[in-house]
Amino acid sequence: MALRHFGAAAAIAIAAGMTASPALAVTEIQWWHAMTGANNDVIVKLANDFNASQSDYKVIPTYKGSYPDTMNAGIAAFRAGNAPHIMQVFEVGTATMMAATGAVKPVYKLMADAGEKFDPKNYLSAITGYYSTSKGEMLSFPFNSSSTVMWVNLDELKKVNAEIPKTWPEVFEVAKKLHDNGHPTCGFSNSWVTWVNLEQLSAWHNVPLASKANGLDGFDTKLEFNAPLQEKHLEKLVELQKDKTYDYAGRTNQGEGRFTSGECAIYLTSSAFFGNVKAQAKFNFTAAPMPYYPDVKGAPQNSIIGGASLWVMGGKSADEYKGVAKFLTFLSDTDRQVYIHKASGYLPITKAAYEKAKAEGFYKDQPYLETPLLELTNKEPTENSRGLRLGNMVQLRDVWSEEIEQALAGKKTAKQALDASVERGNTMLRQFEKTAVK
Amino acid sequence: MQKQAIFQSKLLPYALVAPQLAIVLIFFYWPAAQAVIQSFLLQDAFGLSTSFVWFENYVELFSDPAYFETVVRTFFFSFAIAASSLSVALLLAVMADKPLRGGAVYRTLLIWPYAVAPPVVGVLWVFMLHPSLGVLSRYLRAAGIEWNPLLDGNQAATLVILAAAWKQISYNFLFFLAGLAAIPKSVLEAAAIDGARPMRRFWTVTFPLLSPTIFFLLVVNIVYAFFDTFGIIDTMTRGGPGKSTETLVYKVYNDGLIGGNLGSSAAQSVILMVMVIVLTGIQFRFVERKVTY
Repeated sequence: MALRHFGAAAAIAIAAGMTASPALAVTEIQWWHAMTGANNDVIVKLANDFNASQSDYKVIPTYKGSYPDTMNAGIAAFRAGNAPHIMQVFEVGTATMMAATGAVKPVYKLMADAGEKFDPKNYLSAITGYYSTSKGEMLSFPFNSSSTVMWVNLDELKKVNAEIPKTWPEVFEVAKKLHDNGHPTCGFSNSWVTWVNLEQLSAWHNVPLASKANGLDGFDTKLEFNAPLQEKHLEKLVELQKDKTYDYAGRTNQGEGRFTSGECAIYLTSSAFFGNVKAQAKFNFTAAPMPYYPDVKGAPQNSIIGGASLWVMGGKSADEYKGVAKFLTFLSDTDRQVYIHKASGYLPITKAAYEKAKAEGFYKDQPYLETPLLELTNKEPTENSRGLRLGNMVQLRDVWSEEIEQALAGKKTAKQALDASVERGNTMLRQFEKTAVK
Repeated sequence: MQKQAIFQSKLLPYALVAPQLAIVLIFFYWPAAQAVIQSFLLQDAFGLSTSFVWFENYVELFSDPAYFETVVRTFFFSFAIAASSLSVALLLAVMADKPLRGGAVYRTLLIWPYAVAPPVVGVLWVFMLHPSLGVLSRYLRAAGIEWNPLLDGNQAATLVILAAAWKQISYNFLFFLAGLAAIPKSVLEAAAIDGARPMRRFWTVTFPLLSPTIFFLLVVNIVYAFFDTFGIIDTMTRGGPGKSTETLVYKVYNDGLIGGNLGSSAAQSVILMVMVIVLTGIQFRFVERKVTY
């Protein structure tokens, strides 16, 4: 980590040396982010390209640790009166950022003030919906987005003579077969247990996770996911956990190695897992759409995103904002979006970039890279599938995970666990509502 | 005999303690006072809206039954970590204190784990005992033990206690070794001549003479278990499954830093501070009486 950090710092220093000399008054723009490895290289390249393209502004990217670390660093810097201009915040932090009126400068305002050409309709609505008000005003700039997909080990499926399952009942059936034939410890599993089994499940079946369009329309939202669909799903997981046809793999993505090692042949997690799968899997694989329950009318709906967006912090000068706006325009460029998409495996955020990647035949060899996009754009988003915006989301997820763990361990029934998740979560939402700036 | 130092100047003694005093004030009292103030406030993460709520943060904590479970759990963890690391360290120290071929090598190896940072300890044990990644997990499964700390709370708790105690053993070992070296050999020899067997010699001579060391280590270990195990928990279980490995300090970190709920987090730190003050007070008031210096 420290080495990577150093590498980034060195790259910035070199970039600084190249661009600093001729300019008289270069406005510096601080960009804090949480990208490591190949994705960090993408960020450094984007900043360098922008700095080389003009001489008035200089974007300085700085790696600040994991997503929560970056966010906390930004919040601490803001409290100390020293916030960066641009901060990368994961989707889970959206409500916290949005509640901080005055601490952030909404992107739609930024672009209008700076006189930059900006049309929210150019961006994929399935992505921007997450970061926009109910009036369609974009609050933050989507940067790296992903979605949940079902990673499948094709070789193992072939061994048990199974097709790629499309529905949940089919998944359970195939998992049973896998479990009985060479996969005693894991028929199927998933990372991000609440994202996959509560958040995405609800959106994908067009049922609410919380009231007020899942919180997008106000902080006075209430959780509503202790409903029949989610209960049925969790009950099934509890039942299959008993003989490890389903095997719980932890709250975050720590269990992903179970797929690449071949232990689990079916694994639901982020589409951004692609880089690791490609590097490590010694078998034929694909990323199929998330399964659905065929008895739910209209399913599947559309999936929601994961990943992060760029927030512009408040209290900066007009000149600095002009530079930030120019940089966002620079990022929106079609070729640049195609580059980000190909280099990082994250989704393109503009319609034009998606079309271009398609026209170039990018998905012909790797159709599974289109899967998350097809899921996101499967249908026009509804109130239940536009996105999520719940305060204290990181902690909410922990609470929900705790309850799901209790259910899977047989200490609570599925119903009890979901009821407790909703009740405890609502208490936290009220707490958040109290502290949110009115 | 002259025991008191005489200072000619009236200011000199104050000047001499001033740096220490300044450090204590800046790094201990000021943050503690800040925590107390913060615990009466309700504030959003950015510090944009602040309201004074008196004891609401405390009331909320005390009306939450889960908080009491966390308190009980923390005491259990501290006791288990202190007891196991102290007893194992004492055993190892007594064995390493014997004249051994290559004794210095053993002693050095036993001290090593203390140099490992707590999060690294966590990762290390995870790699050994993670249900699917762990090397040891395979043997446990082969032996017919259903090992799954991701879902079994008791197993997760055992894992955390094991890792936390393991790391502390070296530190305790070092002090025990020094303590053992300070015991006059003539006393032990006299006991041996009187016909006391090794076990009896240990319990009647060595152990009482070690009591100051044991007492010191007990205080240090309890404080360690309360505050320093957070890195281990974060890398191993993040408080799960359920809440089975969530200790008070981990909750402070999680609510404050991850959740951005500074008021509640501050209230919890204040409670924690009071708890440790009381605990240390009890130790010095009652346990210390049994110590012979």
